[in-house]
Amino acid sequence: MAVYSTNEFRSGLKIMLDNDPCAIIENEFVKPGKGQAFNRVKIRNLKTARVIERTFKSGDTLEGADVVDMEMQYLYNDGEYRHFMNQESFEQYQANAKTVGDAALWLKDQDMCTVTLWNDAPLAVTPSNFVELEIVETDPGVRGDTSGGGGKPAKLSTGAVVRVPLFVQQGEIIKVDTRTAEYISRVKE
Amino acid sequence: MLSRIRAFFETRHVLEVETPLLSHASGTDPQLAFFTSNYNTPPKTQTLFLQTSPEFAMKRLLASGSGSIYQICKAFRNGEAGRFHNPEFTILEWYRVGFDLNTLMDEVEALFNDLFEGQLEASQRIAYSSIFEHYTGLNALTFSHQAYSEFAKRENLHDAISLCGENHALWLDFLFSFCVQPHLGKNALCLIYGYPACQSSLARLNTDNPLLTDRVEVFINGVELGNGFYELTHSLEQNTRFEAEIATRKHENLPTATKDTRLLDALEAGLPDCAGIAIGLDRVLMILKKSTSISEVLSFDIARA
Repeated sequence: MAVYSTNEFRSGLKIMLDNDPCAIIENEFVKPGKGQAFNRVKIRNLKTARVIERTFKSGDTLEGADVVDMEMQYLYNDGEYRHFMNQESFEQYQANAKTVGDAALWLKDQDMCTVTLWNDAPLAVTPSNFVELEIVETDPGVRGDTSGGGGKPAKLSTGAVVRVPLFVQQGEIIKVDTRTAEYISRVKE
Repeated sequence: MLSRIRAFFETRHVLEVETPLLSHASGTDPQLAFFTSNYNTPPKTQTLFLQTSPEFAMKRLLASGSGSIYQICKAFRNGEAGRFHNPEFTILEWYRVGFDLNTLMDEVEALFNDLFEGQLEASQRIAYSSIFEHYTGLNALTFSHQAYSEFAKRENLHDAISLCGENHALWLDFLFSFCVQPHLGKNALCLIYGYPACQSSLARLNTDNPLLTDRVEVFINGVELGNGFYELTHSLEQNTRFEAEIATRKHENLPTATKDTRLLDALEAGLPDCAGIAIGLDRVLMILKKSTSISEVLSFDIARA
């Protein structure tokens, strides 16, 4: 794997730090006119998603991490593992619940999502920004209500619970923003 | 800004000069990386260096009797690029014969008041060791690995311990950069003087306290704008420091620097008592224009040059 020096640290670069794959978020060059140059670097640990700050002497190097984001289709859940397929190579990958994490709340069979691979094994799963899911459980709406007002909780086919306007009914399909878990609109079939 | 600076020095009878950007020798400071270029005079090729500052050439003028001089020119430092750095930048450098550090600081204040037209709060002058102690509780002049490490742990700067080890100067660079400098000069000119002797560069050691050096740094809003000295005029002492820096470069596997013997000769011939300072004009412009990145005040930064 390539080795990167602090000068090459750019936002998004994937490197190995303390044996974990990490992504560079921010890199600030700090140098007193007559002194040692440093790089203050904000780094996200891709395994734990924790953000840390580290300081390096300018010119120090870190090993690159073999991390790639790949568009994949979610196939099915066998109870222990969830299975994904690269639609170009038809290669299949399996990821356990810990790796999939909260993305599980938004994964519907056949939907596309982003799988982050580290050394060719799934490291994280990111759902599409918007998904369309069926409401399997919600209180009956009140006639004449418009989209304003408080709303009510609705349980979706994947198990996620989002707040929806009162007029939205059980059995309807809605569009949800997965980044905020917010209702966007109803979807006409 | 440039015309104001020129008018400022004209009324004070300081002569504007121009010196070569390309030189046969380079600065030896291990912290400054230089650019080299090839001068073709067949059958020979000579390596020339782009200046990291006009200091040496200007001192040679001073030694030959120029009197007080100033210069606005480009300087080049390899590998320095960031929010506050561009490898090619503009320096204002001036030397005042007969000045010491205090009278130099007076003039820096006057210049900034002129440039900022009363937009700045009253300026501050603080000794390095007192500002360092204020923000860290540590003694800047006496190194204690234990005390420094404990402070780093408390401040969640664990990297400092492995990076700096037993190197006092490196610790000072680290802690000053991250714990002190960001607080300096909130909308005001802040002059920090009396640097520890291990950070002396080309400054004189203080006559009353050999642990201190007559060096001043200029800050506004936590941004370092310049660095000045009560100049070292002793050629033997200068030679010793050159040799030490060349040895450090060798030790750290940095490109070899050529010692400027012409500067040493000039010092030998006699550099008058003087004080001088260099100001990074791009950064001054950044503060005047409230810019957040140096690229905003450059026509084309290095990525687009």
